[in-house]
Amino acid sequence: MLELQGIAVSPGVAIGKALVFDREGYSLARCLISHEEIAKEWTRLIEAIDQAHQQLETKREKTTASLGERLGSIFSAQQQLLTDPHVRSELEHLIQRKLYSAEYAVSEVFAKYAAAFRRASSSFLAERAADVRDVERLLLESLSGKPAPTLRELPHEAIVVSHDLTPGETASFDPTKVLGICTEAGGPGGHTAIVARGMEIPAVVGVGNFLHNIRSGDLVIIDGHVGRIFVSPDDATLERYLLRRKARESIATQLQELRDLPAVTSDGVRVELMANVEFPHETQACLARGADGVGLYRTEFLYLGHDSEPTEEEHYQAYLQVVRDMQGRPVTIRTLDLGADKMGMVRPAEPENNPFLGLRSIRLSLRNPSLFRVQVRALLRASCAGDCRIMFPMVTTLDELRSARFLLRSVTEDLAAEGHPVPASIQVGIMVEVPATVLMLDRFIDEIDFVSIGTNDLTQYTLAVDRSNDSVADLYQACDPAVLRLIKQTQQIVSEHGKSTSVCGEMSNNPAHALLLVGMGIRTLSLTPAAIPIIKTAIRSVTIGQCEAMAWRALRLSTAREVEAFLMNQLAGLVPEIVLQA
Amino acid sequence: MSSATLHRTVTVLNPEGLHMRPADKLVRAAAAFQCQIELERAGQIADCRSMISLLTLGAMQGCELVLRASGPDADAAIETIGHLFDSQFNESSN
Repeated sequence: MLELQGIAVSPGVAIGKALVFDREGYSLARCLISHEEIAKEWTRLIEAIDQAHQQLETKREKTTASLGERLGSIFSAQQQLLTDPHVRSELEHLIQRKLYSAEYAVSEVFAKYAAAFRRASSSFLAERAADVRDVERLLLESLSGKPAPTLRELPHEAIVVSHDLTPGETASFDPTKVLGICTEAGGPGGHTAIVARGMEIPAVVGVGNFLHNIRSGDLVIIDGHVGRIFVSPDDATLERYLLRRKARESIATQLQELRDLPAVTSDGVRVELMANVEFPHETQACLARGADGVGLYRTEFLYLGHDSEPTEEEHYQAYLQVVRDMQGRPVTIRTLDLGADKMGMVRPAEPENNPFLGLRSIRLSLRNPSLFRVQVRALLRASCAGDCRIMFPMVTTLDELRSARFLLRSVTEDLAAEGHPVPASIQVGIMVEVPATVLMLDRFIDEIDFVSIGTNDLTQYTLAVDRSNDSVADLYQACDPAVLRLIKQTQQIVSEHGKSTSVCGEMSNNPAHALLLVGMGIRTLSLTPAAIPIIKTAIRSVTIGQCEAMAWRALRLSTAREVEAFLMNQLAGLVPEIVLQA
Repeated sequence: MSSATLHRTVTVLNPEGLHMRPADKLVRAAAAFQCQIELERAGQIADCRSMISLLTLGAMQGCELVLRASGPDADAAIETIGHLFDSQFNESSN
């Protein structure tokens, strides 16, 4: 039995067989050939290289024609990797001297370069690792004569084990097949975490290097509550977890009974609990948990799960389904938040040294108005079916807000001119994710209807911590007093103007943090649907005075550690049953 | 027509360093010559006909490299490839 500790990011216990993925597909069997097969194996490889080269040529021509030579040349560079003389001689050595199968040799050589690039100190080189793996995958596909199996089409139920997962990979998960997720890399605010929670799949990330100790087919237990992993557990451990899984299922049923009760404090202060969703089908989970609406509908996954730009109709159908399913409850749709670690088809022309400070989110949308208009058109059309609001992410300057509103107005006029029904008015909000926005909020406030605080990015930008960087991930603390001050300041300015602030980051999922936010005056929380019952239990167990006293004290502490310790202590006193469950 | 080794110092002027596109152009240019062409950065040597070995240099903007060529057309190779570096691989301001 091997026991590992990682970061718990999505609660639940999963027990099942591991399916170990390398970065791009299934891990490959280490396969050797006989002396007689060398010539045949080598010919097979050369033919596969030719075929892959031809495919890249087609992609290059297509991309050059539609997007210009600069982007097309990416494929020309990939062709160079494919036919690189150094790569060729290493492949030759492995096949002819060490009797590796072509697949084994290809994965060894490319994985070696990808790893070297990833380790490199320069970020541009680190990003080239992705190109190396693209070429590897293409070559493996042409060797096997069929597309490499991906996470999209798991053969059976399994616990997915990988170094890391891209947002695109997690977005294409089949939640009925993925029992649990465990990755070497990643942090609490990363996208594997967000998607796992959205799909209610137990997940542990940031485990550190362990893939060499696990093989596909090994029995694995994931404890998503405390972040523990067991590989090939002994009988006692397995027994213990089978019992715990059963116990948790019955607690979940009890929480379910809360569905039709409102989230009110014991002295009658109502808190709206909205849901964060990524996929239209999640509205079922929202309704089942008694969400008051959708506070954050992330629309990136329309882009990330697909190979081409979604059409206006695809946007429209997705939004319409969510708006209709929510049966008149408010639905806040956030416009595209691509860029940085989430990339769709639109990419910056040049690799960015600092993607989180680069062309992302509203900046990317404003720079690509043709893409942005498609989304806004679909959103406005769908908004006629219910209470739908529009929210722009990562707005940093008033000029950005004004440009976005200008586009919104012009799209509305276009739609009306074309004879589409358009809403008489639509509520417009911004996400507060950058400290500059908080500092200037008194100027923004007259031009918006509502504010939603995205605590994940606000924490990252306030504390200057990249949440996906293992080496500094521990500095990423949403309860840092600096972040709390910004939240408090935002809430004050917004409420002085009679408007409402919601909080839609990870903070809302944590019972202690949620009570703190309520104590700070926040009356709308938007959270992962699975967390609604537990947050509702917490809110129903306390008085508003207790929350306010908690906030008063927390805002006077000096470090994140003090705040966390204080909040945990408070929660244990106020809502002991929740602490016992965790 | 000597087969002596010629060399000169080149500087990476591109803001993004010696990334995919410049490296692609470099490999294509090097393929036109018969001579052996190498780039050296602080003891690390890259073969100009190999994309992967050029990328492994991790040469960022401002990085100085020694360009070395030996073979029958070494002088022309130094001239052509040196010019690619000087002209930022025709990538500037776009």
